[in-house]
Amino acid sequence: MSESMERAQPANDRHPLPREGDRGEGHPTSRRGFLATSAAALAGLTLAPGIRLVEIAAAKPDNEPVTAKVRWGMLIDTTRCQSGCTECVSACGKENGLSEVTKPRTDAQWIRKIDLKDLKTGHALSLPMMCQHCAHPPCVDVCPTGASFKRADGIVLVDRHICIGCRYCMMACPYKARSFVHEPHTDQNPEVPRGQGCVESCTLCVHRVDRGGTPACVEACAAAGHNAMLFGDLNDAESAISKRIREVKTTQVRADLKLDLGVRYEGI
Amino acid sequence: MKSLAIAVLWGLTFAAAHAAEPGRTPLPAIAIEKPGQCVEPKDVMRRDHMKLLKHQRDKTMHEGIRTKPHSLNECVSCHASQKTGTVLGAEGFCQSCHDYAAVKPDCWDCHQPKAKPALQSQSGPSNRDLLDAMQRGRGGQEVKP
Repeated sequence: MSESMERAQPANDRHPLPREGDRGEGHPTSRRGFLATSAAALAGLTLAPGIRLVEIAAAKPDNEPVTAKVRWGMLIDTTRCQSGCTECVSACGKENGLSEVTKPRTDAQWIRKIDLKDLKTGHALSLPMMCQHCAHPPCVDVCPTGASFKRADGIVLVDRHICIGCRYCMMACPYKARSFVHEPHTDQNPEVPRGQGCVESCTLCVHRVDRGGTPACVEACAAAGHNAMLFGDLNDAESAISKRIREVKTTQVRADLKLDLGVRYEGI
Repeated sequence: MKSLAIAVLWGLTFAAAHAAEPGRTPLPAIAIEKPGQCVEPKDVMRRDHMKLLKHQRDKTMHEGIRTKPHSLNECVSCHASQKTGTVLGAEGFCQSCHDYAAVKPDCWDCHQPKAKPALQSQSGPSNRDLLDAMQRGRGGQEVKP
């Protein structure tokens, strides 16, 4: 059902890079026509959709704090995610300065690919799994120092300045999303400081998001032509991600835990 | 006579060596390679740079405020030695002074002490911008993000 709906849509509509507010050609008011209207009409027009206009401005000014008006989220379409493709994983590693995973038991993994198969039917699917950016994160509940925290815009982070590396959050996370850094590092991306002795996990590429960008994995997935990842503001009813999750059935992994996840999956 | 000459020469050399020695403790090597004004007056920076950094750190981490002047990356991009590319090392801007003051901040366990403008994603100038600037002979420093 969801598959047929999705196939009916042209691939361009699903491209995650044009951000919310991109109305396309179909909008009745052209820019020229809009400018030609009288000043009175203009005042009337801008008053009503004024809030909308503010929200369209994707990049928050550098000197303003993030607010709860925005809730960042991600939608992963497992019907488009290719088994064997690890573009998102390598893009994450490159962006955040993670080395290639050679010791899976100890190396940091912010995002990993998982292949699932229903043994009865043989139906197989592949999906990326990472921090689900819960609204009620268990890692924050258990953190003894307050290092694990949720930002106002819903991104769950570790403040390494406060983290003592006790790893309670790793045990609390139902998604196995967090890693402990066992070894010293020297090749960090200046925007993504990381080092030995702290716990870390997917940050939704917060340094990019704060400047109006999208996470590296989403960009890589689009660049590879799969378009299986969609990033956006769940609080904005007009954003591409909100429209999509309104249209099709999406799933939160372990929804029984009632954590209200920021990451949703389609087709599982 | 010869031995007297050697003794005099030795004495002179010794005196010269003593005159060049700054004291019991070697002074920090503070080299300002990029001319211009720092983000705050010099005496404020000397005394309070750690407070400014700590304040900015919490603002950035918890509120997503990414203004540049008081960010550690901006310190590094301006003060990294043009010879070694880093603020660390015996003559590094940060380390030489911290060694002198006998403090051991652990910033560099996680933060990048090397200026790497080409690595900065999104905000910084792209590789292409830097290459273009270098071809124009400006060394890439005048490229604004």
